[in-house]
Amino acid sequence: MSGQRQWMLRAAVAGALAAASVVFFTMAVLPARTAHADRRDTRYDRLDYASPLEMEFSPDGERLYVLCEGTDEIRVLDGNTYAPIKSIAVGHLPRGMGLSASGDRLYVTNTWDDTLTVIDTGALRVAATWHVGMEPSGVVEGRTGKYVFVANRISNDIAVLDAQTGHEVKRLLAGRGSSYLTLSPDGSRIYATHVYPNTFEGPAGMANRTPPESEITVIDAARAVVVERMQLHSIAGVFHLAISADGRLGSAAAYHPKNMVPLAHLEHGGAFADTLMLFGADVGKPVEIPLDELERYASQPFGVAIAPDKAQIFVTCGGSEAVLAIDVRRLMHFLRTHARPASGSFEQDLAASGNYVTARIAVGHNPRGVAVSSDGRRVLVANRLEDTISVIDPRTDRVAATIKLAGPKIVSVLRHGEQTFYDARYSFQGQIACATCHIDSTFDGLTWDLEPDGFGRDIVDNRLIEDLKGTEPYKWNGGNPDLPTECGPRTELYFWRSQQYDDLTLADLVTYIRSLPARPNRWRLPGGELTPAQERGKEIFERTVDKFGKPIAEANRCSFCHSGPKGTDQQRFDVGTKAATDNSGLLDTPQLTNIALTAPYLHDGTATSLEEIWTIYNPHDQHGRTNDLTKDELNDLIEYLRTR
Amino acid sequence: MMKLAKTILLSAALLWGAAQAWAAVPQMPRYRFENFTTANGLPNNHVYSVLVDGDRIWAGTDDGLGLYEKGKWKVYTTKDGLAHRAVLSLALDKRTGDVWAGTMGGLSRISGGHIDTFTQLNSGLSNDVVYGVSVEGDNVWVATAAGACRLSLRTGQWSLYNERNTPMIEIWVYSVSATPSKVYYAVWGSGILEYNQKTGAWDKYEDPDGETEIVLFKDQGLIHEITTSVSYVDNILWAATYFGASRYDGRRWHNFLTKDSGLPSNFINSIKGVDADRAWFCTDKGLAYYDGTNWAVYTPSLTTRKPEMMVRDAEGHVTAIPVTTAPAHNYILGIDFQGKDIWVATAEGLSHGIREQ
Repeated sequence: MSGQRQWMLRAAVAGALAAASVVFFTMAVLPARTAHADRRDTRYDRLDYASPLEMEFSPDGERLYVLCEGTDEIRVLDGNTYAPIKSIAVGHLPRGMGLSASGDRLYVTNTWDDTLTVIDTGALRVAATWHVGMEPSGVVEGRTGKYVFVANRISNDIAVLDAQTGHEVKRLLAGRGSSYLTLSPDGSRIYATHVYPNTFEGPAGMANRTPPESEITVIDAARAVVVERMQLHSIAGVFHLAISADGRLGSAAAYHPKNMVPLAHLEHGGAFADTLMLFGADVGKPVEIPLDELERYASQPFGVAIAPDKAQIFVTCGGSEAVLAIDVRRLMHFLRTHARPASGSFEQDLAASGNYVTARIAVGHNPRGVAVSSDGRRVLVANRLEDTISVIDPRTDRVAATIKLAGPKIVSVLRHGEQTFYDARYSFQGQIACATCHIDSTFDGLTWDLEPDGFGRDIVDNRLIEDLKGTEPYKWNGGNPDLPTECGPRTELYFWRSQQYDDLTLADLVTYIRSLPARPNRWRLPGGELTPAQERGKEIFERTVDKFGKPIAEANRCSFCHSGPKGTDQQRFDVGTKAATDNSGLLDTPQLTNIALTAPYLHDGTATSLEEIWTIYNPHDQHGRTNDLTKDELNDLIEYLRTR
Repeated sequence: MMKLAKTILLSAALLWGAAQAWAAVPQMPRYRFENFTTANGLPNNHVYSVLVDGDRIWAGTDDGLGLYEKGKWKVYTTKDGLAHRAVLSLALDKRTGDVWAGTMGGLSRISGGHIDTFTQLNSGLSNDVVYGVSVEGDNVWVATAAGACRLSLRTGQWSLYNERNTPMIEIWVYSVSATPSKVYYAVWGSGILEYNQKTGAWDKYEDPDGETEIVLFKDQGLIHEITTSVSYVDNILWAATYFGASRYDGRRWHNFLTKDSGLPSNFINSIKGVDADRAWFCTDKGLAYYDGTNWAVYTPSLTTRKPEMMVRDAEGHVTAIPVTTAPAHNYILGIDFQGKDIWVATAEGLSHGIREQ
């Protein structure tokens, strides 16, 4: 038998085995988990799902506050029976909430309004609405009641407000995508996390091939100043953080992307490690521990709670639709008995979690916020895309009850599409989902080496997916003509390494993605008019002659390629940014929607800022005629681009 | 007996006379200087700038940024993300505790022990040579070798100020002092530029005599076009040039030259006002203090290198005060205050002036 025929036979056998395993997996695993699809409705309109995201008990435990992202409200439930007490309307797309030190006020951040709603918990009514920074997310009040701290996701900072007046006293620099805040039990420190990696600080050209860096920002709560930035190496998304009651153990849910190697090893756990970052006196130097184990991944860790007696840590995994229970005693034993890697991370050890993860509790779709009753006997989990709350008994690590929140009974097309977007079960062994890289349906700030272009070839920046209609084709090389191609076979083949979408699921997913609107642009003035600098920048964007009076060729005008309402003519151009690793210099013209948010820039993420696109990567004016501009004119152009 | 009485009377008279003479010497601040060099942890002896932040002292040197805290030096270098090894200027954001460092290669922010950097390539910063920086409210004001600029910490917007949109003629901007009401820039060769925070209007103060060292009329205006440093305190503008110093109260100028003041040199690297009446002058021939009437100069002797303190009263009488310590070098580049103490940046070390009287 010739070598070629041997190879073909082996390939055929391997293919048959692969097909058989897909069939087996589909039969064995999926039926129980696709039940929701049977309830799918054909409605395309947006229904009023509550979409519970966060929960918090009142200090006396008599009430449970549920932040409902979908209906823009706080639902107040009885803390014991879960019977509805009242719904309180807040601003648009609330994301975070926190009780005042005395419990008399509940603060709620409204991400699209850039406001903070202050609820009088005695009267259960809105007492005030304060303006804060761009896309407020997490919020806590200091123990003394002097300051309220608000994490602003877009402005990458933490606003410090006067707790009595709402007047903003100052802003503290935080990590990129500043989002979640936790007050230490003694009230002395506030710990802040952020969901996008910090901007690369290093030599030009290295941004896209350097592991991401993140931080836990530590704030002195009394002085309201940053006292430490705990560096988290190779981490690109940090979510909720919890501190044990004795203050000795901190734990934060983290994404550890493996974007420095080709995304071709999903079957070897090669895309993300889902981890916990541990810090505090109990562990000494910060240490990263994996939550994953082979065939049982912990996709999209988000909510973290530590039991009052510090016996267990609970972690919600939004993509795996599960809650992990970690035995702290066993965890400490593991850390004491295993040599700590030089990196401070055990993320590569997929056998590690078996030492301390004691239960994997199935809950509803996209579990997010977690709250523990003060007696530690109930662990509540908000299933965002199911409008339910799972009540877990930590003594048995079982769901003791599921509370249904009022709302539509059916699963609409958009809802099913969103569930699919966040659900990791479509990927090999349930490792990743669309939302793993498109955090909260946005992006991840990372560059990836995707397989179909060849290993080490065509390093690409992950793009924002808001307001996509009219921006096709997709992929940086414009290779995918439409979203079904982009999200279906391509994604299944090269990302998921598993083909499990049925036609309707894919259609619903695409419908959901198409429905994602652009967030409000924070650089535009309320009336839509432009500032003088933005106006000057617009003139530069639209100019047809350069400063020497020479006509600018059409393809060298900003407004020619970046034309239309989305800022793309949907054509491909070579703008002179082809790197040695690129197969082609022809690139799809990216839309400009909310471009201020989406660093890094260029197809391969080499430009860490908008400025670098032209100060470093446009030496021959191929990416628009810009080298005749002065520095202040370039600044004006960028001010205009930020309004797009 | 008579002889003894005469002797006693004569001695008493001499003592009284000496006491009277001593009493006539103005009581100017006296310091015991403790000097830091590379021998005791300073990263480099050439100290361009110094900043006091409570108990923490920042020293911008020719080879890194030093932080002196609890008796130890910590050094930040380019490996830590510092924009450049040479740190020319420092400013404290008193609200957040962040420190801004202007370097020969960009502007760095040190926050919570971490450094991030703005350059002319990765940001809207006008030029990488950052001579001066000042923080006021939500804005960082920057003086660079190619114009002035302002970074809004709220929006990330960079606004550039140069010959195209201000009365600035030269764009070599040496120093900035920002307050809630006014922002002043010292522009090398272009006098003083004033920005009114309320109206957004620019104004300019130049030497009425032009770029000349001849002063036709005393106190006619800014002493010279080649300004090096500016400090705005209590609605008083203190301005330094390489050819003397000026004080401006909004209506009247008062100029200081060696010939008619206690300045040890007209070559002034930096100036820092204490209040409306008092200011410190960092010259190439020592550190000078002016209390509104009298002067004191602290320096190692230019000839013997022995510590000197010279006091000049309003009448121009100069008295040498015996001292045992002096700043590390006569070439003074910067000063900051720590309560009654002073910290002084010199060409050969950092000096801590511990107030004794």
